Amino acid sequence: MSSTFDIVAQVIAETSDVPLEDIKPEAHAIDDLGIDSLDFLDIVFALDKKFGIKIPLEKWTQEVNKGNASVEDYFVLKNLCARIDELVAAKSA
Amino acid sequence: MRLEYFELLDQVDEMDFEAGTISASCTLPEHSTIFDGHFPKFPILPGVMMLEIMNHTAGYLLYRRLKRERFVFLGGVKRAKFRRMVKPGSSLEVRGTITHEGSGFYVAETSLKMKSGDTAADAEIILIVQDFPSTEIKEALAWATDRIVTVVAPNIPA
Repeated sequence: MSSTFDIVAQVIAETSDVPLEDIKPEAHAIDDLGIDSLDFLDIVFALDKKFGIKIPLEKWTQEVNKGNASVEDYFVLKNLCARIDELVAAKSA
Repeated sequence: MRLEYFELLDQVDEMDFEAGTISASCTLPEHSTIFDGHFPKFPILPGVMMLEIMNHTAGYLLYRRLKRERFVFLGGVKRAKFRRMVKPGSSLEVRGTITHEGSGFYVAETSLKMKSGDTAADAEIILIVQDFPSTEIKEALAWATDRIVTVVAPNIPA
């Protein structure tokens, strides 16, 4: 069974011009992979559908803008995967 | 419709907030500076304007569903096909269906049909939803959309 990271990496590779081998858990979606905000929307759309969740992108962005969270909390892939796992677990609970 | 002013929808015929669907209609003007250039001696509606009509339709559904409190605009086009040429004076029916509700964005399937029932265009679009940049813009948009006749059930909020 694919891990959350495998699925996220596959989605990023398919929706953006990023080679799969460059997508690592420590990678920052924006700074390392060069993904812009609209590309990230495409990724979130695909992830929402794949996992059956609604990634709270607006809330995350507001938290970062207010200084209550760092960009890394949500956009470093291993952290993004952890957030996705939390959302999937919450949906199942 | 005032094409060059991007006043593209004349009437909303059906709108269902829960189902996320809308059906609207519009009639192209016989003359417009847009037709003068596209093309000289062969006026037809540009594909980008067909896309904009579909965008306005799905966008209007969301704008009203969100009680005119949020700014809705086109964020991307996942797919678009322009299947038939549309001439000045044509009456069109536009439909939109919200297929995904994301956080700060929606995805909609839209279509533009001619009076004959033939599909002129269809597209899957991403609409972004944000707070209005200013109160003035919020009020201006409310005023601008008041011109659209909305023929819907009375329980749709104003």
